[in-house]
Amino acid sequence: MPTCREVTELVTDYVEGRLGPWDRLRFRLHVSMCRHCREYVRQMRTVTRLAGTQAPEPPSPEVEAALLERFRDFKRS
Amino acid sequence: MRKAESSSRLFTGTEITQASGTSSPGADEPILKRLRAGDEEAFRELVRSHHASMIRFARTLVKNLETAEEVVQETWLAALQGLGRFEGRSSLKSWIFGILANRARTRGVRDGRMISFSELPGDRDYEAPAVDPSRFDHAGSWREPPLRWDEPGPERLALSAELRHHLADAMDALPEQQRAVFLIRDVEGMSSQDACNVLGLSETNQRVLLHRARSRMRNALEMKLGVRRGKT
Repeated sequence: MPTCREVTELVTDYVEGRLGPWDRLRFRLHVSMCRHCREYVRQMRTVTRLAGTQAPEPPSPEVEAALLERFRDFKRS
Repeated sequence: MRKAESSSRLFTGTEITQASGTSSPGADEPILKRLRAGDEEAFRELVRSHHASMIRFARTLVKNLETAEEVVQETWLAALQGLGRFEGRSSLKSWIFGILANRARTRGVRDGRMISFSELPGDRDYEAPAVDPSRFDHAGSWREPPLRWDEPGPERLALSAELRHHLADAMDALPEQQRAVFLIRDVEGMSSQDACNVLGLSETNQRVLLHRARSRMRNALEMKLGVRRGKT
């Protein structure tokens, strides 16, 4: 089984599905018995989830209009 | 007019953007068909769903907002010109982001500032541990376990302006390569294959950079959100 420290290095391979079947099993076994590592894995997933909620500002009407103008130019060319 | 409104609602939602980022092959076919037919409304939809993300991505690759805006403009034009060559092997979004990355890199060379993705050793952070080693004992078990995060509930947290601020600060503090990978993968929600294509990275390097980025983000958020409990 990996140590806690190793879990913090393997977690991305685990989440990304890049651990082999045995390593995956050992990883899960450790995490099932270690609440600190469970918390750690949960936080790593939370990072990804929160990052995905960051919607950027939509373009201003001016920028959009300028781009549509380029599109019309492009169609004409 | 009604049509424009409804499409704006459809295409500015995060879920929609994310879904298109991980779309299955052929999912872009309808909009491609309309674009190739010169449908202006289709182009407007594309701009609304991707332009702001493109600016955000370009900002991680070039030195200032002005340059980022220029590079994104060039990218739109190049994408329109190249539309006939797009084969749909990747998502339309990742294809456009790939053009953008190339343009930004060319620009970086010209401006004497280039982020190389082919060579990792430039990233001195590459070998750094995910968690400060002093937080483990000699056997590798937690001595100082992860602090619980003070979460009022994930949904409310996601909407908090303060949290947005923390996330943005933590992202700004990432080394450039890591920031670019984190942005493509976790912020934009694109696949690892897409990230490799866009940034010209090997699968392994992509994963290493992603791991480093996520670990640093977690550490940064732990410092902001972590709460010490008297007894756990």
